[in-house]
Amino acid sequence: MSAPAIELRDLVFGWPSGPTVLDIARFDIARGEKVFLRGASGSGKSTLLGVIGGVLQPRQGSTRVLGTELANLRPGARDRFRGDHIGFIFQMFNLIPYLSVLDNVLLPVRFTPQRGAAFAAAAALPDEARRLLEALGLHDPALQNRAVTELSVGQQQRVAAARALLGSPELIIADEPTSSLDYDARADFLQLLMQECARSSATLLFVSHDTSLGSLFDRSVSLREINRAAPPAGVAA
Amino acid sequence: MTILPLALRSLWNRRGTALLTIFSIAVSVSLLLGVQKMRVAARDSFANTVSGVHLIVGARSGPLNLLLYSIFRVGDATANVSWASYQKIARHPDVDWTIPISLGDSHRGFRVVGTNADYFAHYQYGGDRSLRFAQGKPFADLFDVVLGAEVARQLGYKLGDEIIVAHGLGRVSFSQHKDKPFRVAGILAATGTPVDRSVHVSLEAISAIHLDWQNGVQPAPWARIGAAQARQANLTPDSITAFLVRMKEPALIFTMERSINQYRGEPLSAVIPGVALAQLWDLVGIADTALTIVAGFVVLAGLLGMLTAILTTLNERRREMAIMRSLGARPAHIFSLLMAEAGTLALLGVLAGVALTFALLALAAPLVAQRYGIFIQPGGLSGMDLSLLGGIVVVALLLGAYPAWRGYRNTLSDGLSMRV
Repeated sequence: MSAPAIELRDLVFGWPSGPTVLDIARFDIARGEKVFLRGASGSGKSTLLGVIGGVLQPRQGSTRVLGTELANLRPGARDRFRGDHIGFIFQMFNLIPYLSVLDNVLLPVRFTPQRGAAFAAAAALPDEARRLLEALGLHDPALQNRAVTELSVGQQQRVAAARALLGSPELIIADEPTSSLDYDARADFLQLLMQECARSSATLLFVSHDTSLGSLFDRSVSLREINRAAPPAGVAA
Repeated sequence: MTILPLALRSLWNRRGTALLTIFSIAVSVSLLLGVQKMRVAARDSFANTVSGVHLIVGARSGPLNLLLYSIFRVGDATANVSWASYQKIARHPDVDWTIPISLGDSHRGFRVVGTNADYFAHYQYGGDRSLRFAQGKPFADLFDVVLGAEVARQLGYKLGDEIIVAHGLGRVSFSQHKDKPFRVAGILAATGTPVDRSVHVSLEAISAIHLDWQNGVQPAPWARIGAAQARQANLTPDSITAFLVRMKEPALIFTMERSINQYRGEPLSAVIPGVALAQLWDLVGIADTALTIVAGFVVLAGLLGMLTAILTTLNERRREMAIMRSLGARPAHIFSLLMAEAGTLALLGVLAGVALTFALLALAAPLVAQRYGIFIQPGGLSGMDLSLLGGIVVVALLLGAYPAWRGYRNTLSDGLSMRV
């Protein structure tokens, strides 16, 4: 069996000359696992994702992603590693406003060509982007060349999901991707996302404050439980 | 290489502001180029105020003073050259031709130049351009006058008009040579030199109008000599103010210069026009250096406008930068994206500025040539122009490095959390 998707050991993170934000003794996610991470806003969720993405450097401890120790990589290599192996989906405004839907989905390839390396022929890449858009419920071909600002929020999140899945990265990290959607769209979106993750056998780390979604995942973890630096419950809420 | 199309798309998305920025750079660039072109044209025109003349000779004085009154008709001679000395030098076997110049009178603010037919035959400017008559011909009669282009245009004279010459140089003169009116026989084409502002009469006419004057004072009415009588008198001048000399061989210039400066008959000075013109340009040239500096600051203002335009977008684009970071963009990608925007704006601004300059010059050049006699070479960009334009792009990139660096810093501190 290959190395776990995420392996955190004695991780401590704090902003320069600030208090400790994260202090996690141990947190593992196996490959292919779909994990729900609960946490109120301000509890350090986004900071943790920044550390796993290699954008933020912890003060101490080990951060292994897909078997690679991020602290051993130089900054440029960390950025490339993130681009090559991790797909991100954020809460809202995920898209670059001046690019078309299709160009937004293809954007990762501009920064890390390896994301598209699996597609030998250049033309196969847009085809894959179209397939993903369609699988995520954006069937109208005219939609793909439209400005992203003309889309509804639900449509925008699906485009963001298609972009995160493009090139089948091993790890998908979703940071409150459904909190700007209404209830029906939320369930719909989650189902499609899980389906596509399963299809590319990607690991999914889903972060949200909405505990009602937790039951849909293999495992549900509360950030407050694993983070020793978390403030008392009353303050964080 | 994948960043440039992204930068272009981003600019296109903000095309309103981007176009205004490009336009303001273009206007400032065309101002700078225009000043540059005019400066070259003005310097050429200045250096070519008189050509084909080897020496300017007048009473003993400094070279600048001699050049100023003989060619530019500014200021006064301290003393005259005797007719005898002039004749002696003019008949020297090494001398090709001479042009006598006699100053001291004016017409409504324009200098009157007493000379002879050699002036129209030999006077050259702008390298090898000769004087050309727009209308009429050189003076034939004693009281004929030939006007410079500017004189005729400003005073609205045409062929056959009668004009009165005033004694002295003031625009309003109380002593006028009213008894001896002149008739306009010719009008010269514009040259862009002081010739345009001169009123030309014959040396004999200068003698004639002063025939009855004693020590610069108008005679009493009973002592006046009429125009008809003047024609009968001996009108050979006693003296002239200065004269221009052309040698048969350029090699003879320095020998002649030395022998005139050491002339025993009377104290004379001879100067080589090119040397004196260069000295004078050193003084006058300060003005156009100042103009260039002003134009340079206008370009800087245009570039600062670009800097502002990019900086104001920076905050609203932090989200966009964070998205790119999450997709694997390195901070260097963000830096080069913003640099590419600055470079594109500056490059397009410079190109538009060059196009604007050539369009304006094509429109203005014929007018300027006709009105001021300054010939703007249409030509391409000089090496100096190109290095100026290159310098502008470099300065733009240096300025653009500031927002790029700010964006770079933002992405490092923002991480993936997308602050607004």
